[in-house]
Amino acid sequence: MPDATGLELIAQRVREGVADDAVTGTLFHRGRATLDVAPQSVHDVIAYLRDADQEPWERLMSLHGVDYLPEEPRLGVHYELLSMERVDRLNVRTRVGVEDARLPTVVDLHPTANFQEREVYDMFGVVFEGHPDMRRILMPEDYEGHPQRRDFPMGGEPVIYTYNEPKLPRWYD
Amino acid sequence: MTEPLDVPYRDRERSVTMEPMGEEHEELLTINIGPHHPATHGVLRLLTTLEGEIVRDVKPIIGYVHTGIEKSCEDQQYWKVIPFVERMDYLSYYFNAMAYCMAVESLLDEEVPERAQWLRVIHLELNRVASHLFWIATGALDIGAITMLWWGCRDRDLALDLFEMSGGQRFHTRYFQVGGVVEDIPPGFEERARAFIKTMRSRIPQYLNLLDRNEIWLQRTKGSGIVSTETLLGLGVTGPLLRASGHPWDLRKAMPYSGYEKFDFNIPVGSVGDNYDRYRVRVEEMLESLRIVEQALDGLPEGPYITANRKVALPPRHELATSMEALIHHFKLVTEGFRVPPGETYVGIESPRGELGCYVLADGSAKPARVHMRDPSFVNLQALPEMARDHLLADFIACVAMLDPILGGVDR
Repeated sequence: MPDATGLELIAQRVREGVADDAVTGTLFHRGRATLDVAPQSVHDVIAYLRDADQEPWERLMSLHGVDYLPEEPRLGVHYELLSMERVDRLNVRTRVGVEDARLPTVVDLHPTANFQEREVYDMFGVVFEGHPDMRRILMPEDYEGHPQRRDFPMGGEPVIYTYNEPKLPRWYD
Repeated sequence: MTEPLDVPYRDRERSVTMEPMGEEHEELLTINIGPHHPATHGVLRLLTTLEGEIVRDVKPIIGYVHTGIEKSCEDQQYWKVIPFVERMDYLSYYFNAMAYCMAVESLLDEEVPERAQWLRVIHLELNRVASHLFWIATGALDIGAITMLWWGCRDRDLALDLFEMSGGQRFHTRYFQVGGVVEDIPPGFEERARAFIKTMRSRIPQYLNLLDRNEIWLQRTKGSGIVSTETLLGLGVTGPLLRASGHPWDLRKAMPYSGYEKFDFNIPVGSVGDNYDRYRVRVEEMLESLRIVEQALDGLPEGPYITANRKVALPPRHELATSMEALIHHFKLVTEGFRVPPGETYVGIESPRGELGCYVLADGSAKPARVHMRDPSFVNLQALPEMARDHLLADFIACVAMLDPILGGVDR
């Protein structure tokens, strides 16, 4: 992990290389460096960090969503970047609201994001614009709601057995 | 006139059907493989587009064993999440527990005693051997070598016996706890473990004898499923698949955790990146894992096997009869669990299938607000179309076998 000073230097370079308002904050906690990024510039920041930065972060290891309820904006998307040369990790984080949950895709930069962005869409309802195949991946195609959100009730679905199959309302439609 | 057997098998195959043969073969056929099919290692559906016998495109369709484990974790106390995450990738349960425990330990800033770290390494590497044994058993079965299934399962049972000795269970042992391991290894474990190492060292050459001169096996694995290292890296593929293409990336060496820097072991890499290399890399990894276990047994330090912090770890059973504090701590831990200060973390470890990452978000309560596993099977599965494209359907089954996806980990 870059240390706290290194993180500030990265943030400064991103501000200069992409846009002034691209970086909204930095967080260094328990040895983990997090770069907070404005949602509209996620793609540009990831592209800058991959190609143009003097210390490139060429690999995306993980992309995952999280619901920060009750904070606003609620939804967060994390990009765990890795540099195999310097053996170092950097976390890029962005926050979007539930109402306007839209982000630019990074599949064109990191093909590995394909399944993972679909999972974030499936579980949290964040739409990745420009994704080649923006469909649900784990839940059924006709499923309603995004189950990993914190306000989605747990255990809310009745389990279908033979005895209650006809009684459950219209599950087979 | 050349004898048919003098011509390499690939050339013979190519002379038969590798090229389209005219109009009647130009039509594409979409065929659905799965979700229930023995060669898919679980409930994996593959929408395959064929031209004759050649695979032109594959679309993996997943989610058939999605059980919402990550959602269920949010309703459990931190230490009760461990059995849940173990059931994700059900062949490498120690690794799931390890990634989760490391994430929670980093949030708590909790030190793990050295003996516990070494005990963890012993179990992780035994689990790696067991996982690879089951892979070689089922992978060879897919290609028709049924003897390998019996041999692999027979020898994996020896590793499961060891898990039963130390943790009481053969599967999903819940042996790793936040701050250490649940119990010290019992007397006799070391002897049995050494006997296991000795047995495996004589049996792995037997596997090689069985497979390496088996013509069917070689025809299906050699030269098939080659993907360039750059494509694999772009797709986020890690683990034996990446190492088989010649890229020596292993988190045990790159970012050592749990004392891996103290062990002397090698990272096997392939040279061609075909299915045969994937098979050889995994076999060599088993031998390296046995070396690590042997070193860990030799140098196992004395000391506590779990942290002395009673706010995190249960007090020893005998203290409950005499110590009021122990009773209070026990009661608090069992009823409410421990609280973790707010924060979030991501920890990556090297599982038998690649980088297993665990993200945990703590909101200050006794239950995690989010647990996410970056499962290597889920990410590696994206490489399947690249591996199988323009290969024979039979090679495609070999590609699935050598990819080694565990659908419990893919769907979680």
